[in-house]
Amino acid sequence: MTRGIDYQIMWNRLIAVVEEQATTLIRTAFSTSVREAGDLSAGLFDRRGRMMAQAVTGTPGHVNAMAESVGHFAARFGPQETLEGDVYLTNDPWMGTGHLHDITVVTPVFRKSRHIGYFAATAHVVDIGGRGFGPDGREVYEEGLLLPISKFIERGEVNGLMVEMIRANVRTPDQTVGDIHSLAACNAAGDRRLQAMLDEFGLDEIEGLSDYIIDASRAATRSAIAGVPDGTYRNGMRVDGFEAPVDMAVTLEVAGDRMTCDFAGTSGMSGYGVNCPEVYTRAYACFALKCAIAPEVPNNHGSLEPFEITAPEGSILAARRPAPVSVRHVMGHLVPDAVLGALHHALPGVVPAEGASALWNIQLSVRETGGEGRAEVLMFNSGGTGARPGSDGLSATAFPSGVSTMSVEATEHVGPITVWRKELRSGSGGAGRHRGGLGQVIEIEAREGHEMSINAMFDRVKHAARGREGGADGAAGRVELADGTPLAPKGRQSVPPGARLRLSLPGGGGYGPPDERDPEAAEADRRGGYTD
Amino acid sequence: MIRAGVDIGGTFTDAALEHPGGLATAKVLTDYTRPEDAILRALTDACRTASIQLSDIGQVIHGTTLVTNALIERRGARTAFVTTEGFRDVIEMRSENRFEQYDLNLELPPPLIPRADRFTLAERVSPRGEVLLALDRDAARDLVHRIKDAGYTSVAVGFLHSYANAEHEAAVEEIFAELAPELPVSLSSRVSPQMRELPRFNTVCANAYVRPQVDAYLGRLTARLAEEGLTAPIFLMHSGGGLISLDTARAEPVRLLESGPAGGAIFAAELARSHGAGRALSFDMGGTTAKICLIEEGKPKTAASFEVARTYRFKKGSGMVVQTPVVEMVEIGAGGGSLATIDAMGRIQVGPRSAGSEPGPACYQRGGEEPAVTDANLLLGRLDPEAFAGGKIPLSEGKARAALDARIAEPQGLSTEQAAFGVTEMVDENMANAARVHAVENGRDIERYTMIAFGGGAPLHAARLCEKLGIARCLIPPGAGVGSAIGFLRAPMSYEAARGRFMALPDFDAEAVNALIEELDAEARAFVAQGVGEAETEERLTAFIRYAGQGWEIPVQLPVRRYAPEDRTVIEEAFAEAYRGLFGRTIEGLAAEVTNWSLTVATLRPPPGELAPRTDGTRPEGGKPRSVYDAGRREAVQALEVPRSALTPGAAIEGPAVITEDETTTIVTAAFRAVGQDDGSLLLIRKETP
Repeated sequence: MTRGIDYQIMWNRLIAVVEEQATTLIRTAFSTSVREAGDLSAGLFDRRGRMMAQAVTGTPGHVNAMAESVGHFAARFGPQETLEGDVYLTNDPWMGTGHLHDITVVTPVFRKSRHIGYFAATAHVVDIGGRGFGPDGREVYEEGLLLPISKFIERGEVNGLMVEMIRANVRTPDQTVGDIHSLAACNAAGDRRLQAMLDEFGLDEIEGLSDYIIDASRAATRSAIAGVPDGTYRNGMRVDGFEAPVDMAVTLEVAGDRMTCDFAGTSGMSGYGVNCPEVYTRAYACFALKCAIAPEVPNNHGSLEPFEITAPEGSILAARRPAPVSVRHVMGHLVPDAVLGALHHALPGVVPAEGASALWNIQLSVRETGGEGRAEVLMFNSGGTGARPGSDGLSATAFPSGVSTMSVEATEHVGPITVWRKELRSGSGGAGRHRGGLGQVIEIEAREGHEMSINAMFDRVKHAARGREGGADGAAGRVELADGTPLAPKGRQSVPPGARLRLSLPGGGGYGPPDERDPEAAEADRRGGYTD
Repeated sequence: MIRAGVDIGGTFTDAALEHPGGLATAKVLTDYTRPEDAILRALTDACRTASIQLSDIGQVIHGTTLVTNALIERRGARTAFVTTEGFRDVIEMRSENRFEQYDLNLELPPPLIPRADRFTLAERVSPRGEVLLALDRDAARDLVHRIKDAGYTSVAVGFLHSYANAEHEAAVEEIFAELAPELPVSLSSRVSPQMRELPRFNTVCANAYVRPQVDAYLGRLTARLAEEGLTAPIFLMHSGGGLISLDTARAEPVRLLESGPAGGAIFAAELARSHGAGRALSFDMGGTTAKICLIEEGKPKTAASFEVARTYRFKKGSGMVVQTPVVEMVEIGAGGGSLATIDAMGRIQVGPRSAGSEPGPACYQRGGEEPAVTDANLLLGRLDPEAFAGGKIPLSEGKARAALDARIAEPQGLSTEQAAFGVTEMVDENMANAARVHAVENGRDIERYTMIAFGGGAPLHAARLCEKLGIARCLIPPGAGVGSAIGFLRAPMSYEAARGRFMALPDFDAEAVNALIEELDAEARAFVAQGVGEAETEERLTAFIRYAGQGWEIPVQLPVRRYAPEDRTVIEEAFAEAYRGLFGRTIEGLAAEVTNWSLTVATLRPPPGELAPRTDGTRPEGGKPRSVYDAGRREAVQALEVPRSALTPGAAIEGPAVITEDETTTIVTAAFRAVGQDDGSLLLIRKETP
């Protein structure tokens, strides 16, 4: 019976092992979004490719995506071709985590010359060639170099041709190849720790442990699903999209301890890179369901499997090759709002109102007027989250993404811009018994002698976050110059010299009728200037 | 000169007195309403033991949790924060992320200064310190009047890029001095002149928030001690592990955060020094949390910032980042009172919820019904029910068993013993994992470290933790119950001056660096001189450097000297070496850039006498057999129980053994041997594996 305790201890240890794997990656990666925003994932898989443990990082979008991806590797390299000292990789959006910028590296684990499992890690690299990060590509081919599932290292020997191919095709050869080595190194760190654990417990395989973890997690998840009343629940949500509005349609079916979530009725693909491969849609849908139903169950094969999520092929949420997918997060981040809206009918009083949800990533190119100097500036910024059944929404806080913003002072050192304003957007939270989180207002000007252009990818400008149960909608976003001249919310535009760009990020929706708001809370809002 | 260390902790106030006859210590309960009274009681007790008078004391060194508690409990002054127009909400928007991904009902900690108390002024400075928009002085005067009239009792001022140009902050200070001289004003350019607005603003707000309270307390303390004839100068322990003068503490109280634990780390560092342990891991475990700190070359590892007042299970991100030099400590919700539960997956989980001291673990018989780590230790034979806390708290095995059976053993289908083992093993696992991750984050291999275990719970768990971490040596010092107070006596006078000054190394400007070093040195030296006048000092220069485009800097030690233009390579090489140490490699083709600089001036401490380690010895007489559960062997084993007093220098006992004393119990697992050392420490040494 102490085996049972040993398994519990080992499970705990594995979570520490994958956290250590992720920490190693965060500390060695080049990409700003990995270091600052936690845009990575790391996990351990058994021999069959079933995920046993995964680090909690800033990107729900990787949750199922990486979990599924190792299965593709296991299928590609059978037992005969899986060799000690191998390291595999891919950045295939449909096999990995949804766009070319994410490289997934998989390392088989051997114990006494027997293949027992895999470590896998994914990170967003600085550059992958093509047009660069942005929605402008019309096909995935334009978005950069696609690396099919292949051996980056075979029996300890690095594939030199592959390295040369990558170096020749990206703008940042040292950093992109460096990140691949970081990924391999973090898997190796995980391997060392796993081997030490197996030594300590006198084990030579992990199948028994894997069964234990997966069974316990599946049972806990199924029992949580069984607590959701049976039925079919629907929701529709319209968002801005790129060239045309996008309708997201969700049908949730609950029968006993089974739950399916389908997106039939969702709009077709966009001609620009906001399309999601289905794997990415599944990740965000699953994230939303897990938050509401079984947040305490760690991510692994057993806790993900009970959520059966599908989207019709050819829709914007299950894009077909060779659709462009570079900035799939803009639509992906909105998926949880659509899913939670359906779940609300099953579990009233659990899920929040809609929020700003999609990050407002500001990408600026700043050029010295008439000179050579040039800088790229990237800022991550968040609007407000939806009000919760028992509390206000969170102001200027990322959800579902877990991304952090950067310091304005640090940003102004990177590029010749002045951020004149970055503060809460008064009155933008939807009114309600509980108020939606506030968005924020940002004003940016190029420094004297410079001009800038913005590659806009902003949603919820035409379609605000909706309130729930009588709560008011949050304020929609605005993209304009400080003098009120409107700009388009999507696409590349230049900001005239001396003009200030002003972005007003969306607020979250309110929850419950506004007249039920606690008068003291309303007074505090007025005093603090949270409401007008 | 007779020196006294006093530490105000959450439960106890400790005193340690260094006098010609040796070391005298005392422990009394903390007095929350009048902390100075408890100090006086503890000092009087210690003086009695040492047979001296209070007036014989020549120096008092003080550390306190007052500042930390004021921030956690939000009991500070009504503070106004004045900042740059357009940036009113920096401290409220934080880093815009959620520290817990899956919690839909997550609550973020409210900002220390509410929005209604945050005011803005039109002004702006560029990253290089040029004035982009001059301060509107008329508006500033109006604002000062408004703040004065509104009844605020403290003011914080933080403008963007004020580390690069402090003119505007200084101008606002002047206006306050003219129109509202009674209001204490804290400037971000003085309290924490470093790049990054969020930590700098947090720091100045925290400083202003606690300032009136700390000022009043230190004033009362000085007066109260003087009444009793103790007029010796008082120094304060700061979070970075050194001492500052009373006046500095009154102006910059934020530097007093976590001063107690810093004292503990100094205590451990001194022990490591005298035992020749170049790399040590201090492990302090109490009732609610365990703290871990890396010690290298006799110095606790320090960091430039830390997070105070975590609101959510000690989780990173749930507190407020404050930028002040600090002994870097990892705190885990694992202590004797940590409660064990079964989670939805049928797993035993321990902590971070704690029974604290009230009601305490079930075995305390004070109404606690949930099983705690102490209950599990008791049932595994690791604690003597009659001798806990010197016999002051009788422990009930029956209560412990009932709690563990009902909540853990029965639901899991385990025996009581197995369940107890599961609980202690899980808490040991949590602590070992935290220590390992901390070592990895610092690019260190923990197996080569010597553990230094102190605090009531640490010696119970230390040997098992060493087994899990692969550590071969563990020191358990005497007097560990008042370790922090003793540590205060060993701390140097020191001051760290820091400054934000961005410099891409390709544009290395030697003259600017030299000027900066001079400025920092003069600043730090002035603070140290307030305490000791002229003294022999050491200087440490740290530059925070990263590759261009990276988001994190790493601290790089640089020689303190005048730099010439060609010395760019000195800095680049030092950075490359530090980077390699942390990450195993460097990056070709990328330029490095410096963001912040810091210079520490500290008085030199005489090296402690080095002790020759004793690795073996003779077995002490007597002892009694006792059954103890050995986690490594997964079974109960027969152990020998001896009092700590029997482990005289040169006495050795093979594990499994139990070494008892009033304050704690040391478990020597079957894999270890314990040897008494010349300074009264116990050294646990891993037995050679056959």
